[in-house]
Amino acid sequence: MTPSALLSLPMILCLGAAATGLLTPSRAWPRRWLALMTMVSLSVVGAMLLVTVRREGIQSMQVGGWAAPFGITLVADLLSALLVLVTGVMGLTVVSYSAATLPSSKEAGAYYPLVLVLVGGVCGAFLTGDLFNLFVWIEVMLGASFVLLALEARQEQLEASIKYMSLSLMGSVVLLCAVGLLYGAAGTLNLADLAVTVPGLGTPNLMTAVSMFFLVAFALKAGAFPLFFWLPASYHTPPAAVTTLFSALLTKVGVYALARVFTLVFTQDAQLTSTLLLVMGGLTMVTGVLGAVAQYDMRRLLSFHIISQIGYLIAALGLLTRSALTALIAFLIHYIFAKSALFLVSGATARVTRTYDLHQMGNLYRTQPLLAALFFIPALSLAGVPPFSGFFAKLAVIQAALRAENWIIAGTAVVVGLLTLFSMMKIWREAFWKAPPEDQPQEPTRPLSLGDGVLGPCMAMTLFMVVLGLGAEPLLELADAAAGQLLNPEEYVRAVLGGRP
Amino acid sequence: MNPVVMHTVARLMAPVLLLVSLVLAVRGHDIPGGGFVGGLMAATAFALLMVAFGRPAARKQLRVHPTRLAAAGLLVALFSGVPPMMQGRPFLSGIWARLPVPGTDGLKVGTPQLFDLGIYLVVLGTAMSFILGMARGEDTTAPEMGG
Amino acid sequence: MELFLAITVGGLFAAGFYCLMLHSIVRIALGLVLLGSATNLLIFTINGLQRGFAPLVPEGQEALSPPFADPVPQAFILTAIVINFGLLALLLVLVHRAAQETGTDDTRALRTELKDSKQ
Repeated sequence: MTPSALLSLPMILCLGAAATGLLTPSRAWPRRWLALMTMVSLSVVGAMLLVTVRREGIQSMQVGGWAAPFGITLVADLLSALLVLVTGVMGLTVVSYSAATLPSSKEAGAYYPLVLVLVGGVCGAFLTGDLFNLFVWIEVMLGASFVLLALEARQEQLEASIKYMSLSLMGSVVLLCAVGLLYGAAGTLNLADLAVTVPGLGTPNLMTAVSMFFLVAFALKAGAFPLFFWLPASYHTPPAAVTTLFSALLTKVGVYALARVFTLVFTQDAQLTSTLLLVMGGLTMVTGVLGAVAQYDMRRLLSFHIISQIGYLIAALGLLTRSALTALIAFLIHYIFAKSALFLVSGATARVTRTYDLHQMGNLYRTQPLLAALFFIPALSLAGVPPFSGFFAKLAVIQAALRAENWIIAGTAVVVGLLTLFSMMKIWREAFWKAPPEDQPQEPTRPLSLGDGVLGPCMAMTLFMVVLGLGAEPLLELADAAAGQLLNPEEYVRAVLGGRP
Repeated sequence: MNPVVMHTVARLMAPVLLLVSLVLAVRGHDIPGGGFVGGLMAATAFALLMVAFGRPAARKQLRVHPTRLAAAGLLVALFSGVPPMMQGRPFLSGIWARLPVPGTDGLKVGTPQLFDLGIYLVVLGTAMSFILGMARGEDTTAPEMGG
Repeated sequence: MELFLAITVGGLFAAGFYCLMLHSIVRIALGLVLLGSATNLLIFTINGLQRGFAPLVPEGQEALSPPFADPVPQAFILTAIVINFGLLALLLVLVHRAAQETGTDDTRALRTELKDSKQ
């Protein structure tokens, strides 16, 4: 298959399968199997894309054959290809988990097509080569997420959905303003073309102002301080599978977009952006973890941890060194898996105990040994305990901070890691260790086994984490190569614009 | 308003609107028009029917569920991009041919027209699902029974 | 003319953000409409206003002859309007449902209702 076909396939697959799914009769099984098969093919395409990019360098394609910078460009560098692969794997995990947990009435509805549209939007955002299409793909993804959140929403979910939607729409307005202002100033929105034209514009202050619009818009999508409050307000309301999908993909698009524009386009005032990102990252880490400490609802608690982990990513981006970007990419991959594993386990726990409230749980260590193990490993990994993937990822961030002689970020990262461990131990103690509350009717529950289908996806995520922990070397090597591409935009520009300077 | 006037106008105008919308969609590649405006215009035809005869009548005239219409359109639009990939060209590249039609110097047909048709259906389906969705529950106030 | 439009854009943004701070969800949605229009007007204005032909290659010619209007911002605005319209329609459907179920569109009341329903 030609590389240019590979680049457009993720979106064609997802959107085509979503449309086909809607055309099939309203039954659970055709839609479920269609979604499963699509996610498998998406993972295969992602892997092929990664191999191609690794072997032959950055790939680009012009949709419809209209030459860049006039047409719509799709580009895959190592970071994009890696993220598309991870998106495919996450999609597969979430769909198989949904098949095991959702009622078939929901499966027969628009659920799977919406998941497919969301995943297609995420892939589009990772692969697009111009800012306006980035906006469009983000909106596609947000639109699908709105409906998924509001689909059969109960009353308490309505308020969360409304809050989430209005803030996202506001973020989109800011992003659109940024895109419009940039087009007015530079006359192009193709990322590679911008990388060439922006340094020569002679209006660095105007560019800095425009870049701040992008910073605000993407920070809101990423859930960074101080624009994170929509996230804990809404992420705990939908079914666990949907929360997992959101936490794995949505905020990552914001982080990816930040990394893309601030390494490729807005490099004219690196000092200012770097300081801002560092402050933002540090505060995000701290507020996220402090918010989590106060929570007793399992999913709310985990939602606050999303924010604190986003802080690590943004701080790593703010350091803007090669080792920091390597750490950013490794951390991103680790954390998508770790957080998803925890959300999936929280869903499985809630299936057993019928609650997300930690006060009302207990003794799961004895009644659900496998579930306990599957919680324990990702929890330790998220907190950064060796030998799991989180240890190496966090170590890489701290090392990068130390190498950049930024003691504050390094110190914050260590302290937040400890607090994360503390808060994971709180879940462990409350849900798994302590005796159950006495007023709680104790019905003897059968221990969940792998055959139930609920634990399979959790198991897969946990395995990834162990593998990524024991074999961290290849991941770090890949991340290093991807960071090299981010810091040297020449290859990106050459891949898109061809021989043009 | 007198429902007789409304009904007559709607009955006369809706087919005309649909026809114009198709013309707009087909001619749109080289001159103003296109699948998007065509689809919107088609949606106005059904909206007119809805205003005149009520929501159920408009829904019945549409025949297909609007979501399925949009899905089918999306499939058609995506499919129109695939043939060039078979030739090793980028997704959505245009392939044009001239059909020998007697009396003209050939009728220009190509994949972009298929794409326009897909967009037409997507826009019609999406607009109708919004319009019909918002009119739900308000049928009692609509001038449904004209006599 | 640009100055006038710039002031209008500013006014629209101010009105939009003011609406966002109100407690009625319908007004918040209206605020988002205003913000969307302000953004579209901003994109329209930012490139400078000039008179030009429609950017369509006339019959029998190979290229455009200047002055022609830049089609890109128009494409942006059209796309942005469609997206904004779609998402707002979704939001309004949701607001409608919230109002039906709780009998109010006040964000404060919606939250207190939540507390009541939990207890």
